[in-house]
Amino acid sequence: MSQYVLFQDIDRCIGCYSCEVHCKANKDLPDGPRLCRIFQVGPKRVGKVPRTAFPFIACFHCEKPWCVPVCPTGAIQKRPEDGIVFIDNAKCIGCRQCIYACPWGIPQWNPETCQVVKCDMCKDRIDQGLLPACVTKCITGCLYLDKKEDMPEERRRQHEAIVSIYPESSE
Amino acid sequence: MCGMCTVRCPIRVEVDDGRATWIEGNPYILGRSLCGKGSAGLAFHYREERPQGPMIRQGLRGGGQWKRVTWDTALDYVAEKLGRIIDRHGGRSLFLSCRGGPFLDLPKTFLKAVGSPNFTNHDASCARNVHHASLSLYGLGRKAFNYDFKNCRHLVLYGRNMFESLKVKEAKDLMNSIASGMKLTYIDVRQTVTGSKASRFWMVRPGTDYALNLGLIHAVIKEKAYDTAFVDRWCTGFSDLSEFVAPYSPEWAEKETGIPAEEIAAFVQELKEERPRVVFHPGWMLARYMDSFYANRTTHILNVLMGNVETEGGQIVAKGPGDYGKPGLNVLADLPPEVTERRADGVGWKYTHFDPGPGLFHLFYKAILNEEPYPIKAYISYRHDPLTGFPDREAQRAALDKLELIVALDAKFGETTWYGDVILPLSGYLEKDSPIAAQKGKIPRFIVRRKAIEPLYDSRAEWWIFRELAKRMGVGKYFPYDTPEELWAFQLKGTGYTIADFEEKGFVDLAEEAISFDRKDQLKFKTASGKIELKSPNLEKAGFPSFAPYRRPKPIPEGSFRLVFGRHAIHAHGHTQNNPLLHEIFPENTLWMNRDAAGKLEIRDGDLVEVSAGGIKAEIMARITPFIHPEAVFTVHGFGRTVPLLKRAFGVGLADQRMAKGCLEKYDPVGGGIAYLESMVTVRKKMLPKEKAA
Repeated sequence: MSQYVLFQDIDRCIGCYSCEVHCKANKDLPDGPRLCRIFQVGPKRVGKVPRTAFPFIACFHCEKPWCVPVCPTGAIQKRPEDGIVFIDNAKCIGCRQCIYACPWGIPQWNPETCQVVKCDMCKDRIDQGLLPACVTKCITGCLYLDKKEDMPEERRRQHEAIVSIYPESSE
Repeated sequence: MCGMCTVRCPIRVEVDDGRATWIEGNPYILGRSLCGKGSAGLAFHYREERPQGPMIRQGLRGGGQWKRVTWDTALDYVAEKLGRIIDRHGGRSLFLSCRGGPFLDLPKTFLKAVGSPNFTNHDASCARNVHHASLSLYGLGRKAFNYDFKNCRHLVLYGRNMFESLKVKEAKDLMNSIASGMKLTYIDVRQTVTGSKASRFWMVRPGTDYALNLGLIHAVIKEKAYDTAFVDRWCTGFSDLSEFVAPYSPEWAEKETGIPAEEIAAFVQELKEERPRVVFHPGWMLARYMDSFYANRTTHILNVLMGNVETEGGQIVAKGPGDYGKPGLNVLADLPPEVTERRADGVGWKYTHFDPGPGLFHLFYKAILNEEPYPIKAYISYRHDPLTGFPDREAQRAALDKLELIVALDAKFGETTWYGDVILPLSGYLEKDSPIAAQKGKIPRFIVRRKAIEPLYDSRAEWWIFRELAKRMGVGKYFPYDTPEELWAFQLKGTGYTIADFEEKGFVDLAEEAISFDRKDQLKFKTASGKIELKSPNLEKAGFPSFAPYRRPKPIPEGSFRLVFGRHAIHAHGHTQNNPLLHEIFPENTLWMNRDAAGKLEIRDGDLVEVSAGGIKAEIMARITPFIHPEAVFTVHGFGRTVPLLKRAFGVGLADQRMAKGCLEKYDPVGGGIAYLESMVTVRKKMLPKEKAA
């Protein structure tokens, strides 16, 4: 796991797919590779109201990423300082070993450059003190980036907010 | 300012070595948030097929044979042809339509300068009923109020799909309010993303919104859930209203709408506690039936009964510079002499109950065909695509074919643009300066769009095109500027601001503190009585009742459906289907069908179905769900493009508007809105050759 967590507050997500576009526009990607994805689940009936959920998936930046050791040129690597898994374009020879190795289908093929491309948490933006493209422009603020040690506190805060609005929710 | 859809959210653009690399929401207004279409603006500019220079049609209309010409040639051609038409038939023989918005001063000035009263917009296909209903009550149009979602306790939406027809600021506010406990009641013929965030969802029978509202008003009055003080002070005709709704009980409404009477009763009990911080959002596109005016009017009436006017969490009167004692922007359209000619659509003289501002677009087709009240020979479509937005392509083309000149100002290849005689390509919204726009609100604002990058192709901005055309028509003096800077200076003269004040944020707010009107005596309604006219003398003078008896929609034959259209968050009507980034996420529309209705027709999820109406047929994939009313099928609007240059969107998906045969003639006589859903489609399973053989 990287030092950061890209977290989605699914109750706030409206499934607008903007994060996918923000990401691709920022990386100037052609048709094909999609570095983060929204998946639609539903609508299905939950109580009286049909609900739809839109889970967000991007690279997990694994503690022990399987994509890294299979790379023959060392292009795909884990940043020592914060654990972000990224690809050095200058070294990627397009052999796709990382695509086969990743159990989550995270690395994507870029047919224009004939190289692999993946979520690097917009590390260039993080290095400038900015947030990743998907987080920066998310409409409802359902996506955010946090230090992993701060996450439990954030989750607790959210849970508290939910419980305090719906006192009957324990039923 | 973004230009991907007509919301025009404020944006900030980063440019690296002449190339735009990043678009985000204006940090001061939107906190950098932006929708996917907004980010796809980069792909629109750099990767989408769009007109790359002026073109004059060579073969038949719509045949796609174009000759690339210089701007001089194109403008001379238009001016010469238009000049000859005006010599023969007068300035009134020209009409212009657009998509509305804040930049209308240029086209309005041009029309006025050449002596035409015929300015119109797309709104008959959109919010006219809502607007006219608002006028009939308040004497004020639908834009006279903003909704205070931030402080609202209960929001009621009638198909106003706020999380899929996105306005970034509105969606943000709405989600914040939901997260902090605001109730949301969502009413529609199908479940949407917005509805899936609601605390209550009512799946209403198509065409019965009016019945629901009558039942609601009945219950609100009976349960004394309304604001008596506000109604006494500001309304006329309350006793007429009470008397009128007496027979329309929630039990009666249940029979019409399918919504249980006890749920209506429970809802009204909630309102009692929550008002005035309750908003019944009148939306736009409820305007689809012959009685939509009255459905909208009763929605406005429910707001009035809540007493939510100019109150926190309710409807806030949108204030202009004048309300803050400040001068507004100077307007070019004040320069040419007034045009006294009557409008060709009959609005203002034949139809006195309609707002003559933009009139009604579809009535121009009637005028063209009948040459009544006078001949219409030339049409400028300015960023407007009626062949996509209005129903019945064949009927529209029959009228367009009678025109001697169709000029399209467009940054894209719209269906109507493709059917034109001359294409004058507009620069993309990152490639041009636009006039300063004034926005009313809690605090009024001036906002400006500045050019971020040089045009990629041989396109121009509208400030230049209208001026050049005017010069050639001999009325250039009404466009007294040579550069956008001079135009801005003209607009800002006397306001105390200069364009330098826009440098930092892109806008200026005209005040720091918001003012509120006193609800006892400062509300200004522009009706004859100065009050909210529940009973409207204006309507009654035009021969329409203030309160119309409900008429049940005709039963729908087996296998027939109302084809409901709507939005997905990734597309803006017909504007974005060809955008590479957006197409990838949502390439093709599907047909939502009710599970039981589809079952009767042996249609399963994923089946190819044939949709037909009035001899028009199209194929589409069925998506089966229990969450759409059995009398309706639904699809996302904007697909089924016929311009072959659009390499992604061409021929993909179903064009709902083509199925609304005969609907160009069907419009709400009181509200003016096109009644798209008064035509039916039939759906049947499409057998593949192999299946047929089996």
